[in-house]
Amino acid sequence: MRAGENGGTPLLEVRGLVVHHGQLRALDAISLRVLPGEVYAIIGANGAGKSTLLRTIAGLHRPTAGSVLFDGKDVTALRPEHRARRGIVMVPEGRRLFESLSLEENLRVGAAYGRAGPWTIEQVYQMFGWMRERRDQRTAQLSGGEQQTVAIGRALVANPRVLLLDELSLGLAPVVVQRVYGMLPDILATGLTVLLVEQDVSQALRVASHIHCLLEGQTTLEGKPADVTAERVEAAYFGLSGTASGHAAAEEGSEL
Amino acid sequence: MSMVREAPGRPAAEFRVTRSRRNVAWTGAVALIVVVVLAYFPYIVYSGTTTIMVQAFIVLTLACMWNLLAGYAGLVSVGQQAFVGLGAYLVLILAIGGTSPFAALPVAAIGCGVAALPMWWLVSRLRSGYFAIATWVLAATIMLIIEKFSSIGGGTGMPLPGLSGFGPVLLSAYTYWAGLTVTVLALVAVYLLLRGRLGLSLTAIRDDEVAARSAGVRVGLARLLVFVVAGAGCGAAGGLLAISQLQVQPSAVFSVQWTAEMAFATIIGGLGTIEGPILGTAVYVVLQQTLSSYNAWYLIILGLVAIIVALFARRGLWGLVDGRLHLRLFPVGYWLRTPGATGRPGAGSD
Amino acid sequence: MAWVNAVIQGVLTGGLYALFACGLSLMFGVMKVVNLAHGDLAVVAGYVAIGIITVTHIPVLWSFLIVVPVMAVLGYVLQRTFIQGALDRSVLTTLMVTFGLSVVIENGLLQFFTANSRAIGTNLALVSGSFNLGSQIQIAYLLVVIFAVAVVVLLGLQYYLSASKYGRLIRASADDREAAQLAGADYRHVFGIAAAIAFGTVALAGVAYGMYSQLAPTTGTDTILLFAFAAVVIGGLGSLWGTLVGGVVLGVAQQIGAQINISDEVLAGYLVFLAVLVLRPQGLTTRRTHS
Repeated sequence: MRAGENGGTPLLEVRGLVVHHGQLRALDAISLRVLPGEVYAIIGANGAGKSTLLRTIAGLHRPTAGSVLFDGKDVTALRPEHRARRGIVMVPEGRRLFESLSLEENLRVGAAYGRAGPWTIEQVYQMFGWMRERRDQRTAQLSGGEQQTVAIGRALVANPRVLLLDELSLGLAPVVVQRVYGMLPDILATGLTVLLVEQDVSQALRVASHIHCLLEGQTTLEGKPADVTAERVEAAYFGLSGTASGHAAAEEGSEL
Repeated sequence: MSMVREAPGRPAAEFRVTRSRRNVAWTGAVALIVVVVLAYFPYIVYSGTTTIMVQAFIVLTLACMWNLLAGYAGLVSVGQQAFVGLGAYLVLILAIGGTSPFAALPVAAIGCGVAALPMWWLVSRLRSGYFAIATWVLAATIMLIIEKFSSIGGGTGMPLPGLSGFGPVLLSAYTYWAGLTVTVLALVAVYLLLRGRLGLSLTAIRDDEVAARSAGVRVGLARLLVFVVAGAGCGAAGGLLAISQLQVQPSAVFSVQWTAEMAFATIIGGLGTIEGPILGTAVYVVLQQTLSSYNAWYLIILGLVAIIVALFARRGLWGLVDGRLHLRLFPVGYWLRTPGATGRPGAGSD
Repeated sequence: MAWVNAVIQGVLTGGLYALFACGLSLMFGVMKVVNLAHGDLAVVAGYVAIGIITVTHIPVLWSFLIVVPVMAVLGYVLQRTFIQGALDRSVLTTLMVTFGLSVVIENGLLQFFTANSRAIGTNLALVSGSFNLGSQIQIAYLLVVIFAVAVVVLLGLQYYLSASKYGRLIRASADDREAAQLAGADYRHVFGIAAAIAFGTVALAGVAYGMYSQLAPTTGTDTILLFAFAAVVIGGLGSLWGTLVGGVVLGVAQQIGAQINISDEVLAGYLVFLAVLVLRPQGLTTRRTHS
């Protein structure tokens, strides 16, 4: 499905999602709609609830209230493995490769319950040539960036319809992060939709077609990157009240 | 479409931490009355009843210790019969040497506590599941070693000397009082331990070991202490067993059945509560008495009930009572009173 | 020569112990479950085999074909119900539940079959016969067959885990349950398969033991569970071949102990186990230190 082909019908939708961690309310009535072919980025500071949101969409958390819809159907009650088989595949935070399995075995597990489609293990090897030589290597011996790529490959070979990416940049050098995100266009070209969580705001703004900012479990900002100013993003990210312009703290390290 | 929110903070001074509850004084008084009444039993009931009570005391002491291990320290040991056997044999050895078995009881308990140290050193590095079987292997090994010494009965066992001077009624009364003393001491010791720093450490470890460690809790030391105390307690029960049986047989005192009984009693009564073992022992005694003519049935039923309780009613029978009535006879926890709360306190940690 | 005989007997017995142990090791390696009823299941399998043979008079070797699959299915069911339920609560709960199961099974057997031990009798020369190496060494055919079967089973298991789809899934679910879910695998089903394998192998071992020696209600714990565990620890956690090494070392230790003093057979094995625990806790075949 190409972007915009279905008009405004979302591929993935979240309505009024409320998620608790024990007694802590991690997400407070969050709603979002991801259209086919989009790159939907969820940004926010640590503890804002971004990963919780993604994990709930993937099925690893049970929401207290609200629903998750995929392709128009309610999947809130579906176990994570069944969501994966339907096409919602997540690359979890921290890579989470299978350590006692080799690189190729990791990919094969990813493909075990996958759907038919353009992404095969061979296709992954074509995109990332270096993997072919190291297919039998234990993944623990790979570098951070290489592991991240394998994790993405493991998700791709399942031929997902929606690819969930949780904090790709975590623990990786900036150069490596650039390279990893550089793969996105090729991935999107095969008809995937991407929903990603990212702490690095500038990186997110570069690749996203839609931005959603969370703060303490609530939506503080939503819209197209072209429509939001750096100041508004900052304000939404940090929860500053009023028109936050010209503050000294904002200048620091801001790449916007 | 931008929204900005602020969340106000809460001043820390408004939170208070208090100990336990008001009914401690009541519990103490009632407990004292119960103990006094129990102490009079030999004068008012038949010796058949006191014999059953002694059995109950043994199981209660054992259950109390197993609860300490599994319910508070997170150590599931299926080898506590090692201490039961060691305690029985220590009493036997001292009795052979001329000491009165009753006087040997406390020595046996201490001896078992000391024996727990090298045993801990052997098994402590193993993780929970393998720790459990290792304690079992250790118990089997100790039994095999003891069986080699014919001077203490070898494989067939021998009668316990030093008790022939008492008449049967007097002996059963003394045995009963010894049992009562052991049980009361065990319960009080465990209660005081858990009320103190050890209890707090154990709760922290139970909730999150890594966090506890980084907060400075000496995890290994806490567990070692619990293992030693449990060893001593089980040893005392073993000594009591020897006295009540008037003989010491290795296959009887080292039987894994003791672990089964103490584990089931604790699980059914309520793991992780001090009241639980008491309730569980009561259930055990009732079942054992009603089904005594059916041999192995009481263990089968006890086991099945324990499995069901472990799966579905994790806090056991006492947990059900506590859940309804919010009753704690032996409170060892703390309550966090949040500002603006009514009579009911906030987060508890029992 | 008696010593050589002892070593040979010990090595061969080690195969049987390895067969007992591989299911225990598998369940712990995959789902971190120590099944305290592991040995009792072998005894149950043996009793079931005896029952089937007594009732239907089928040849003894056929009983394997019935008992092993039945126990494997039982393993899958027990895993999906009780054991998974206990796992969801906590590790401690699984220990308590499997311990409870062990006691219930043993006392159940005691209640219905008395404490007498039974054997799976057979007239097959292959099973009850033996051959001689020199004048002092007598080796039972059955023991050699059991050893061979153990090696084949271990080889098969090793191959299955490394090369098959479910073998990969089992290893993946053992590594990271959640990540396996995200890849579309239902780990509960995968664990069930692992349990089925564990129960199947221990059933095989139990029936074999019933042919080689005797089965009594308490054999499950006295002999099988503790020996299996000792073999796993001696050999090294997390390695199937380590289990064979551990079994062999245990068997040899026992036989040598029996040579020194006939009643010290079991004790000798345990002492070697304790020695390994103290001196090399990761086991003889593992290089890294396991906790």
